[in-house]
Amino acid sequence: MKDMILDYIRHEYLDEDEADDIDLNEHTPLISGGIVDSFSMVSLKRFLEKKFAISIPDAEASPEAFDTVTSIIALVTRHQAKKGA
Amino acid sequence: MAYPAAVKDAFQTELAGIRDKGLFKEERAIHSPQSAHISVEFPRGAELREVINLCANNYLGLSSHPDVVAAAHRALDERGYGMSSVRFICGTQDVHRILEDKLTEFLGTEDTILFASCLDANAGVFEAILGPDDVMISDRLVHASIVDGIRLCKAMHDTYKHCDMAHLEQKLQEHQDKRVRVVITDGVFSMDGDLAPMDQICRLAEQYDALVFLDDSHASGFIGKTGRGVHEHFGVMGRIDILTTTLGKALGGASGGCVSGRREIVELCRQRARPYLFSNAVPPPIAASTIKVLELLSASTERRDTLEANAIFWRQGLKEAGFVIREGDSPIVPVMLFNAKLAQDVARDLYYEGIYVVGFFFPVVPAGQARIRTQLSADHDIPMLARALESFRKVGAKHGILGLDKKGIIEKFGS
Repeated sequence: MKDMILDYIRHEYLDEDEADDIDLNEHTPLISGGIVDSFSMVSLKRFLEKKFAISIPDAEASPEAFDTVTSIIALVTRHQAKKGA
Repeated sequence: MAYPAAVKDAFQTELAGIRDKGLFKEERAIHSPQSAHISVEFPRGAELREVINLCANNYLGLSSHPDVVAAAHRALDERGYGMSSVRFICGTQDVHRILEDKLTEFLGTEDTILFASCLDANAGVFEAILGPDDVMISDRLVHASIVDGIRLCKAMHDTYKHCDMAHLEQKLQEHQDKRVRVVITDGVFSMDGDLAPMDQICRLAEQYDALVFLDDSHASGFIGKTGRGVHEHFGVMGRIDILTTTLGKALGGASGGCVSGRREIVELCRQRARPYLFSNAVPPPIAASTIKVLELLSASTERRDTLEANAIFWRQGLKEAGFVIREGDSPIVPVMLFNAKLAQDVARDLYYEGIYVVGFFFPVVPAGQARIRTQLSADHDIPMLARALESFRKVGAKHGILGLDKKGIIEKFGS
């Protein structure tokens, strides 16, 4: 899951010339680090919902919840578990 | 007492937080008409300083032009000061209609509706024409007022990388199931000074059956051979479905904005756009002055030609001095400093050298992209700009940044 999300972020948000300069890993701050702006975050949310067949309520799609891939994985996992329960 | 101490404390803490982050904005009072050379009081109570203004949107130098001022005086005498009404009750005068017609003609569209500002135009237009079955696909660097307008609208929104046509095409393909697709872009991007490739955007929009929205606030009046805007520059006049622009920059610089474009879209704004329905139009003197501005610009391209020459001289001078600038074809010339503190220090030092510029840094621009945005005007002349270049050289040398590239500046100051 981690690599899939990192790949998407790299493709969706980084320009080619930036990709080499930025060390993107699961701990990299995305929103607070200025890689993903909160306005453009919506496509990441839709990607997660489609890829993992979940629905993330807008109230939970906060800049904090989307700030690192680690926190995103936690959010996705929680919703997958909820769906499975 | 309806202002509890706890609430007051909370507000004070918020303000302190803004100060601590270095984001507190302080205004400088100008004691002269807006022009290329102004008299400034800063900080408050300090002695006035005469400075060259390199941060106004007064691209054509019309803010204090005698013919424009005279037109406002005449309208004040003949049509009064204010309307005390929104347009659809009793707030429409002949001058409003004349201005809308003149803007339609100038911008090469089908119809135009005035708003109190371009922020209002952008805030109102999407909600007026789009619904939940539609999608708005915007460049990631569009102006904050467009972001607000998009947020107020129930249609889905998506973004594409700045001026990246392959990414835009991918998004258009993804959203083929929507009723209406709108591609949304600024004409000239205000922080970078680069132009949206409107020829390619129009081609993609036609291929994927999408409308085109263009905010030409930093272009109307001077970009393109006769100053009609970025759509003229790229040869796509008549192919823009929604064009918003401001009267608060090159077109007189007072206030006001408009939505210009397809007749039905303009009419839907007249019926539904909330900022239009619930606020007064621009007052009669501004409407009359803008009509005068459009007459001046239609009669001669001299001012936009001077502006273009000034911008070329300025870009060349900064490059020769050893600054890193953003390339572009507009009179917005960002001097890249990358580090936020450096941008603020250079702007402050320039002020004391008689040059008025402002440093911009995250979150106004992306992190690590701090800069000083310089803006040219037709009111500048070459000797004035040569003097300003000398001050830039002096301050640049003081900070040891002349001749350094991005990497060199970041190594020295951090990003």
